[in-house]
Amino acid sequence: MTRTADLITAAVLLLIGAIVVSDSLRLGAGWGTDGPKSGFFPFWLGVLLLGVTIAIAIQAWRRGAGAPFVTRERLRPVLQVLWPATAMVLLTGGVSVGTVTVLPALGLYVSAAIYLAFYMRWVGHHRWITVLLVAVGIPVVTFLVFETWFLVPMPKGPLETWLGY
Amino acid sequence: MGFENLLLGFQIAVTPFNLFVAVIGITLGTIIGVLPGLGGANGVAILLPLTFTMPPTSAIILLTSLYWGALFGGAITSILFNIPGEPWSVATTFDGYPLARQGQGGQALTAAFTSSFVGAFFSIVLITLFAPLLAEIALRFGPPEFFAIQLLTFSSFVGLGGGNPLKSVVSILLGFILGAVGLDIVTGQLRMTFGITDLMKGFDFIVAVIGLFGIGEILLSVEEGLTFGGAATGMNLRVVLQTWKILPRYARTFVRGSFIGFWMGFKPGGATPASFMSYAFAKRFSRHPERFGKGELEGVVAPETAAHAAGVAAMLPMITLGIPGSPTAAVMLGGLIIWGLQPGPLLFTEKPDFVWGLIASMYTGNIIGVLMVLAGVPFFAAILKIPFAILTPLIVVVCAIGAYAVHSSMIDVWYMLIFGVVGYVFKKLDYPLAPLVLALVLGDLAENALRQSLIMSQGSLGVFFTRPIACVITLVALFFLLMPILTPWWRRLRGLPPTSGAPAEA
Repeated sequence: MTRTADLITAAVLLLIGAIVVSDSLRLGAGWGTDGPKSGFFPFWLGVLLLGVTIAIAIQAWRRGAGAPFVTRERLRPVLQVLWPATAMVLLTGGVSVGTVTVLPALGLYVSAAIYLAFYMRWVGHHRWITVLLVAVGIPVVTFLVFETWFLVPMPKGPLETWLGY
Repeated sequence: MGFENLLLGFQIAVTPFNLFVAVIGITLGTIIGVLPGLGGANGVAILLPLTFTMPPTSAIILLTSLYWGALFGGAITSILFNIPGEPWSVATTFDGYPLARQGQGGQALTAAFTSSFVGAFFSIVLITLFAPLLAEIALRFGPPEFFAIQLLTFSSFVGLGGGNPLKSVVSILLGFILGAVGLDIVTGQLRMTFGITDLMKGFDFIVAVIGLFGIGEILLSVEEGLTFGGAATGMNLRVVLQTWKILPRYARTFVRGSFIGFWMGFKPGGATPASFMSYAFAKRFSRHPERFGKGELEGVVAPETAAHAAGVAAMLPMITLGIPGSPTAAVMLGGLIIWGLQPGPLLFTEKPDFVWGLIASMYTGNIIGVLMVLAGVPFFAAILKIPFAILTPLIVVVCAIGAYAVHSSMIDVWYMLIFGVVGYVFKKLDYPLAPLVLALVLGDLAENALRQSLIMSQGSLGVFFTRPIACVITLVALFFLLMPILTPWWRRLRGLPPTSGAPAEA
């Protein structure tokens, strides 16, 4: 329900407000020797946030449950974008627990290719040849534009090292 | 004096390289404006890292051209596909899509582009005339005046933004809070980092823009299901010329729309209300109000003129005061800082070649832009024929590249994903995103202005009321802030039914 979502958001905002206020009090929210202390501005932001969020929560509570925030079948495509995207970011930088490498750092271009191919095949059911052309073509073009033309480096992995970059 | 400066500006803007940059910018901008999930603000944010190595004037021309392109691109999707790419193109769909359905798409598009051009041109002329004056006045501003203007900026989101004013306030506060994370440059203390090194750098607003607008928007559009049932363009030279013959009939609508757009536009969040207001006025003064909503050309002219006049006017506070009027302007402001320029009134005296090059490029950019979109409609409309299973991951990849490139840091890509989810939830719950971004950009400036003002007054808030300019601005700001409370009360007093404002996010 939208009301539930509103209330959960309000709860998160209250938590943020509380963190901000407590950290500002640690830094000092008053008047120092040469003007307002570090915590002065954030302190009042936090206090205002707490106040306004409480008002929003009361509003949401009074308004009634409302329509569902998101239905199960409409959430599905959202997660279909989100999980693979998260996996792409994980693959780009790699994951290691302690000294053990769980996921290798493939760099952005290779992870992007995998991500594009996966999504096109899984969600779009495109033919393999289209998948291959797009998933390889786009990273190659991006590579040329960013690394060679504009000299903006992206995270790179073993493949780029092997190619001499 | 102003004319000489403008001439100097044209000498800078009309070089082959800068014209080429403008063409590239407009092409990319129009593509971005047509694509769902990529608006002007995050198009500019993604391209920003590519401009680091360019001369600042060419860089700003690229980014502003991209912005003009995105403004034009919004009209294409509104008219042909009934999908408003940006909030301020919503009113364009009312009559634009019916026209396209009746086979008058070419006429509607020509009218939309021409109106956009007229509105933009009007605002540029006013910027040319008023920007130097405003900058001169702003040179006399002290910290209290600057803080008052910041207050005005944010209170106009609350008062004019429509939607739930409390949620606008939350967005503003959240932006300022995120902006405060990290090193406090005045005292050298770390704020809200809790011993985490990654938090020391704070949150970059460019990453926030890419996440909130880029990823958030793509999540929203896959949830709603991307389906494009497009009408035929029907664009050719004959239609363009025929439409141009009809358009002078709407001279009064053009003038009215331009004034409404400029007036609303230099305040934040103004483009959307301006487009709705202009549409409403056109309908009220029309001899055939019953035709509106069924495919009346004037119903395309009115909102497009106002939206573009407003979109251009949003640049005025950015170049004169260093305070952006929209998220797109905010990203450009971030660019100025990265290119080593100090935004604000001093720019006019210290970097006249940059400022006047920028202003001159607004003229050339819009002239090139209107010609390019008129010629390129079939090409731009074809972009929406790309299957969404390719577009969606492509946009995500482009966003990730943009987020990484800002500081060459992986943590920013993670922030981008988190901001994306936040943007999705906030959009669904009607928390406006533009004020959050603006607060994140202006956080340090606003805090310093407040600190310095309070130091001047030994801690008394009276400093915002004792100085005449600051007092006037503060009072206007307070008026906007109280408007959500005053409006229902005022309407009840006059016996009018309560209304809900148009959703705004310019």
